[in-house]
Amino acid sequence: MREISGCGHIGIFDQSGKLYDGELVMRAIAAMHERGNGLGGGFAVYGCYPEYRDYYAFHLIFDDEHVRKEAESFLEEKFFIEYAEPIPVEQSKRLYTEKSSGINPEEERPEIVPPLLWRYFAKTQKSDSEKHISDDDYVVSMVMHINEKIDGAYVISSGKNMGVFKGVGYAEDLAEFFKIADYRGYAWVGHTRFPTNTPGWWGGAHPFTLLDWAVTHNGEISSYGINKRHLEMFGYKCTLMTDTEVMTYILDLLIRRHKLPIEIALKAVAPPFWKNIDRMPDEERELIKALRMVYGSLMVNGPFAIIFAWSRGMVGINDRIKLRPMVAGVKGERVFISSEESAIREICPEPDRVWNPRAGQPVIAELKEEPEYAVSRK
Amino acid sequence: MPFPGNKSLIQPKFRQVINKELCRRCKRCILSCGFGALKFENGVVGIAEKCVACHRCVNVCPEGAITIQFSELSYRPHSYWRPDIIEELYCQAETGGVVLASMGNEREFRSYFDHIVIDACQVTNPSIDPLREPMELRTFIGRKPDKIEVEKTHDNHYKLKTKLPRNVVLDTPIIFGGMSLGSISLQAQKALAMAAQRCGILMNSGEGGLHKELHPYAEHIIVQCASGRFGVNREYLERSAMIEIKIGQGAKPGIGGHLPGEKVTAPISETRMIPIGTDALSPAPHHDIYSIEDLRQLIFSLKEATRYEKPVCVKISAVHNVAAIASGITRAGADAIYIDGFRGGTGAAPKTVRDNVGIPIELALAAVDDQLRREGIRNQVSLIAAGGIRTAGDMIKAIGLGADAVAICTAALIALGCHMCQQCHTGNCSWGIATQRPELTRRLDPEWGAERLVNLVNAWSYELKEVLGLLGVNAVESFRGNRERLRGVGLNEVELRILGIKHAGE
Repeated sequence: MREISGCGHIGIFDQSGKLYDGELVMRAIAAMHERGNGLGGGFAVYGCYPEYRDYYAFHLIFDDEHVRKEAESFLEEKFFIEYAEPIPVEQSKRLYTEKSSGINPEEERPEIVPPLLWRYFAKTQKSDSEKHISDDDYVVSMVMHINEKIDGAYVISSGKNMGVFKGVGYAEDLAEFFKIADYRGYAWVGHTRFPTNTPGWWGGAHPFTLLDWAVTHNGEISSYGINKRHLEMFGYKCTLMTDTEVMTYILDLLIRRHKLPIEIALKAVAPPFWKNIDRMPDEERELIKALRMVYGSLMVNGPFAIIFAWSRGMVGINDRIKLRPMVAGVKGERVFISSEESAIREICPEPDRVWNPRAGQPVIAELKEEPEYAVSRK
Repeated sequence: MPFPGNKSLIQPKFRQVINKELCRRCKRCILSCGFGALKFENGVVGIAEKCVACHRCVNVCPEGAITIQFSELSYRPHSYWRPDIIEELYCQAETGGVVLASMGNEREFRSYFDHIVIDACQVTNPSIDPLREPMELRTFIGRKPDKIEVEKTHDNHYKLKTKLPRNVVLDTPIIFGGMSLGSISLQAQKALAMAAQRCGILMNSGEGGLHKELHPYAEHIIVQCASGRFGVNREYLERSAMIEIKIGQGAKPGIGGHLPGEKVTAPISETRMIPIGTDALSPAPHHDIYSIEDLRQLIFSLKEATRYEKPVCVKISAVHNVAAIASGITRAGADAIYIDGFRGGTGAAPKTVRDNVGIPIELALAAVDDQLRREGIRNQVSLIAAGGIRTAGDMIKAIGLGADAVAICTAALIALGCHMCQQCHTGNCSWGIATQRPELTRRLDPEWGAERLVNLVNAWSYELKEVLGLLGVNAVESFRGNRERLRGVGLNEVELRILGIKHAGE
């Protein structure tokens, strides 16, 4: 069964590379409490592991110790692991989910038991026959392997100097559970979820990631079936049956593997209408026409607002007819992308500018300076 | 051998019932019957054994005095030795020949289209109203690369660096399939060409050259290069939007064609480039294609001859191994594959072949689309599904299963007035469609026909837009091959696996 959900999300990006802690994103996501139902929340942070910035930071979840052993022996075979530890959590924090709109909510709140949460800082360890594969491609195939072949293990994030913390529960509770306020980063993404069925699985929360890509998503991809089938031709395995996973892979294919500039890749994801393309100047028309011809199966159709981030930037974009909310704001070098203006105002009461981006028009924030690398973990 | 007394044992299937009180003896019905099934003897009298139920007389009668009914002669019921089988045996015993038939497979095989249902948006995503929002059907037929490359221009914009292979554009994913001049009349072909031009789609010349009256519509014509090579020369190839190599036809996979000499009239002689009155025989195979590498040579010969400006499509009938064949055709360099299912029509085929050879288009299409995806080459070729597309519903489901476009023939002829009497092979079509008799062909006004075809294509396009809207997408490519949005009802696990869809409720 493919899961579908509504949600709220917020992205904060500091274009000067200045680090700030997770309290902002916590407050912003708490302001959008009504957009979640306690069945999932999560955060991505960039710049949080400066001391391991040259290592792939793997965040994994395991069902039990047995699976952890199995996955670790695979990781040890494929990677040189510099450091491994359980992800620190606030043990006293209890996570709940809202079971229904219940008359007696206190009784109706089942407690959530977290899975095993671990992180590994590692470099690739390729065999002779794998030497020709780029590090990133190598990591992608290993992530695919773990997610697909090792039952009960799942890679939450796999980029450098970034991490994703996500799970089942209300986003603001998860923020306390993961001690989000203790991390510092130049870019943050937060997400709260309202799934319409109850998978109750930690891997199913947002953000979804691959390498340093992190994607959060509010919407339902009506073109899911064909997006998935097209991606499969390029070796992606859509194991999670979620829309957001597909979005992550599409961006990876277009931007990392096909090397399209981000603004061009976004034109493939949410292309202009033919009636507008037909009126464009020759060069632009030929380009957009070619994008639609070649990448028609990757057009993401249906209501969505997505925020995706990578180590050097963050983008927010809506579907072609803006069927989900997305608001953007700017204050100095700091860019905000959110489901609601209230979340932006909560953490930045007087932004320089707040606007509603038009359908299919991306908001792009990129690093103008190198990020500040102070030790971020207190 | 007829029975002693020279009377055939084959019983009339229909009889004309003429209301003598209403009939005012104008004789229009007699004049208009292409089959000579009415005569005047103190009033209009039907000749039941000649009546094919084409309804032309019913239509022209100003008084509404004629109806056609099934012949009431009953056989003793037998579920196995049915009347149609008994009569087929009589026919062969009388003639010693192959029983001919027209149009597509008539047997009651399962129609998978009728067991597929479509999803719709409710609550979690909004449906889109096609009357208020743009809904895009534009479709490109031709080879597409895996990816494109761009480069920066001096003013900091991007421009396309990759040179894309030639594609043809369809304003809506519908094509009029191949029906040759010979199998249908010039008037019918003209109606198709005019409608194709007005709808921004394509019509297919069929085998038999391109009559000069169709030259103005060249940009909307697929020219066919079939095993007889009738009418093929360089000008013919260049006067087209796309070239199609016809290997097979859904109604008669693996066999050729035979246009009898009496149908080779002056216009046909001219376009086929054969003398008047000679039989036009298309061999069963192309005698220069005995294997896939030979097909590759023909594909590239045609591309060379047209300076790579025309996409080359290969038309095959849906047979058991269709997926592997399609993969080979893709690798041989074709830009599009036209798959013709066993419901596809014909102007004449042996009845045994029409009714027993080939497989349903739904299964063939799903298998081909899957195979090409497994091999990572689906984007290199466009798939055109044909052979039994009856309605917009069938078209929509074919697109959902993976077709880039559908081709229609029988449905288009019905729009031109065809009543499915299935007598095309006799050349007596009272509606002026499947005949070359001038007194019959002149009944079909190309302008009238074109209007009806445009209506049909527009109606299907509206219906497609409506369904895309309720699926919550606003471009046809977001539904193409999106089998997640289809479900089967009453299909078994093997059928569902081949179609690549889940059962309703899953």
